[in-house]
Amino acid sequence: MKYELVSGLETHVELSTNTKIFCGCTTDFGGEQNTHCCPICIGLPGTLPKLNEKVVDYAIMAGLATNCEISHISKMDRKNYCYPDLPKAYQISQFDMPLCKNGYIALSNGRKIGITRIHIEEDAGKLVHQRGNTYVDYNRGGVPLIEIVSEPDIRSIDEAREYVEKLQMIMRYIGVSDCKMQEGSLRCDVNISLRPIGSVEFGTRTEIKNMNSFTYMTKAMEYEVSRQAELLDEGKEVTQETLRYIVEENRTESMRGKEDANDYRYFREPDLVTIEVSQEKIDRFKAMLPELPDAKFTRYVNELGIPEADAGLLVKYRRVAEYFEKAMEGTANPKVAANCIIGQIFRRVENETEKEAFDIALPAEYLRDLILLLDGGKIKMNLLKSTLEKMLDQGKPATDFIKEEDMGGIDTDTLRQLCTDAIAANPNAVADYLGGKEKALKSLLGFVMKNSRGRADAVEAEKLLIEMVSASK
Amino acid sequence: METNFSKIKAAGRLLSSKQMSCEELTKRYLAAIEKENKTLNAYVRVTEEQALAAAKKADEKIMRGEVLLPLEGIPMSLKDNISTKNIETTCCSKILQGYTPIYNATVWELLQNQNAVLLGKTNMDEFAMGSSSETSCFGGSMNPHHTGHVAGGSSGGAASCVSGNLAVFGLGSDTGGSIRQPASFCGVVGLKPTYGAVSRYGLIAYASSFDQIGPITACVEDAALVFDAIARQDPLDSTSQGKKESASASLTKELKGMKIGIVKEYFEGIDKDVAAAMEKAMETYRHLGAELVECSIPELKYGLPVYYILACAEASSNLGRYDGIRYGYKVPHYEDINEMICKTRSEGFGAEVKHRILLGTYVLSAGYYDAYYKKAQNLRGVIVNAFQRVFDACDVILAPTVPMTAFERGQTQKDAVKTYQTDICTVPVNIAGLPAVSVPCGFDGKGLPIGLQLIGNHFQEAVILNAAYQFEGATRENGAFRSVEMGVAL
Repeated sequence: MKYELVSGLETHVELSTNTKIFCGCTTDFGGEQNTHCCPICIGLPGTLPKLNEKVVDYAIMAGLATNCEISHISKMDRKNYCYPDLPKAYQISQFDMPLCKNGYIALSNGRKIGITRIHIEEDAGKLVHQRGNTYVDYNRGGVPLIEIVSEPDIRSIDEAREYVEKLQMIMRYIGVSDCKMQEGSLRCDVNISLRPIGSVEFGTRTEIKNMNSFTYMTKAMEYEVSRQAELLDEGKEVTQETLRYIVEENRTESMRGKEDANDYRYFREPDLVTIEVSQEKIDRFKAMLPELPDAKFTRYVNELGIPEADAGLLVKYRRVAEYFEKAMEGTANPKVAANCIIGQIFRRVENETEKEAFDIALPAEYLRDLILLLDGGKIKMNLLKSTLEKMLDQGKPATDFIKEEDMGGIDTDTLRQLCTDAIAANPNAVADYLGGKEKALKSLLGFVMKNSRGRADAVEAEKLLIEMVSASK
Repeated sequence: METNFSKIKAAGRLLSSKQMSCEELTKRYLAAIEKENKTLNAYVRVTEEQALAAAKKADEKIMRGEVLLPLEGIPMSLKDNISTKNIETTCCSKILQGYTPIYNATVWELLQNQNAVLLGKTNMDEFAMGSSSETSCFGGSMNPHHTGHVAGGSSGGAASCVSGNLAVFGLGSDTGGSIRQPASFCGVVGLKPTYGAVSRYGLIAYASSFDQIGPITACVEDAALVFDAIARQDPLDSTSQGKKESASASLTKELKGMKIGIVKEYFEGIDKDVAAAMEKAMETYRHLGAELVECSIPELKYGLPVYYILACAEASSNLGRYDGIRYGYKVPHYEDINEMICKTRSEGFGAEVKHRILLGTYVLSAGYYDAYYKKAQNLRGVIVNAFQRVFDACDVILAPTVPMTAFERGQTQKDAVKTYQTDICTVPVNIAGLPAVSVPCGFDGKGLPIGLQLIGNHFQEAVILNAAYQFEGATRENGAFRSVEMGVAL
């Protein structure tokens, strides 16, 4: 293509505080309609907002984790517009003095996507269309949000996707949001414009509202990029407008043009006082910040010798990384713990939600103790693997499955005897192997492993079997 | 000097000495309301059932020999913009017809904790926008001193019922003079506390950065007693701070050496009778040992435009929520939601409210924001600083509350801008968030009361109330005050 994509994202992230931003109502998702409400969040006349300190704290953490400056002084403003899901007819947000500004997120290709600002605001309710009527559910009204506005630094759809994935990962790491796109706790507005490659000036942009899945975001961007490219190819102009993406038809549709843009009549929210954040608080939060995925990734690769692909899988979810770090603590080779998690445990937590929760019955310490047995030469890798399966089934320590006498492996003579037994007991397999079916060796090996109660070294046993079977020819 | 004008204390004595039961006292007020409210239109809703229930509770306490709380058993009223659980609260607007709050305003919670007896909700200009209470959807409230004249506004009903002895005290709200102006017109005391002294939680907002709840009472001591009861830091109102000291305990301080600022701009263009009453008041203060200091605040000329721009801007936002969807009035017939909201607001709001919503929307609009809202906001800061300059040299500022006496009924609707100009002496205080009290200081040729305004620095309620108290003691029985022959005599 002869055009370059220029894109910036506005990402709304729902904060996982227990209570709403301006009242004591729960922020739990779902619930019977209009039951997570009170006079304040349904905006009854005379009620006043009371800022939840936790929201400020979470937003500061989000800002610090994305390399932002934190404002010592900020304030809340009213964004006025009329819609039934907004019971006060204004949203309390931040206009010209956001809590965080001038940050960035680094992508894997080395580019940095600038973050213009992060501000706090309240979510609106939800319209529910049923039986030809429209109803309003205010449960979500007043749930705290942060809006993360990026610079127009994104140059490809892949970058856009990675940017959102990184944001999601970071927000989950610092525990400020579960960032579930399907539940709407992370949603994006995507700004898109094209310009001829090599050009410095920006083209006219359009904005696609409310992308709530990675798949749709990618598709919508692809569609919009080709739509704009076609227009430009034909020498036509792109109209500045706000679009919605129609999933069923895979196309974008105009919601409103530039002239119909809302005039939000922002002004300072008089019911709330100035938000002051001390340097001491910022320093304290900085110190509290966990090691973030990028730093972990680098450390795993450089210091622990974990291959990049595996390190990427381990750092994606904080609980997985924490599990890994506990399990590898004091063990000789961190790769063993990594392989156990990626090779065996991940098979039991297949989807992303489960990986994020990483709620497995086996404590990381048990896995570590198992690996220490391997390190101490008391068990072989194959026994470690089979024991780990049992441990995962029952959540019990290795010592429940491996008897003392099984530890320490077996000597060469015993192994030789076991191989002899195996050959004697499986004449068919021997014949098959000699007839060219290499796989037949597996059943011989299985016999040896089983009769050694897992103590035999599989590699050694295989070598010996090949030697003995070939000799018997 | 100690005075003995307190009606709250008089009523309290009647009750605790068992000369009269609270039920009897309450019934007298209810009977008086029944008789006089047709003329005064001070109450828009009488809460007989709640009043008698509270009275019964007070009587039981008296029978048990327990000591009553300062406001216990005292019949009083609330302006109709103060939210009362299970009692319709309409701001005297058609758009809130049928709206019954499910929670109590903090001030009413505090008064209920003292078991004060709520007689009813009082009349006001629609959403507190007006100077005569005539923009009320229930019609205007009349002046007990002369029923051909208005009680003032917007807390006209509160002033009218206290002046006409239909309540011992009332709570009003003051955004640009709405407590002080009707108090001045009706010859009673009205205190607008410092912004933040009294919680606004439950006060249906007109202009949030100006609104403040305060008492309208028969005398200064009562204003201090009520202020002490309602001035509390409230966790539900982030802008509230409570009071600095007890006002009622600070009322007997001599004024010797007190410096009273006479800001000349407050006296420009005021009525002759008002000017004469001001001269007399200054003389009284000289006698009381105070020192009068002449000063000037040229910035006061920005007061009215700053007030009307900022208050209307906030109002346009505050009143956006009345759309007929959740509560209050809703048109019966409509095609779609846009028409429903449009028609509901067109029919539900009165002309003055629409006027101010339009003005406020305009000054906040893109392209006009800098020229109006932003400029007014900057000038607000200028006015705040100008007052501080005067308070560097003075303890209180003396000024007329209103440049004239009560308007004839119907007069205010004729010229909106002229009516706005009558707020010239009251709005600067709201712009700067200062406390001010209006106290009766005489009458004009027609027998209509004149009010004297004392303005203090932030959280100096005790200082201005003491200055007012000393003045009241020296003048009340010398022509500054006349009681009206109606209602309940205590």
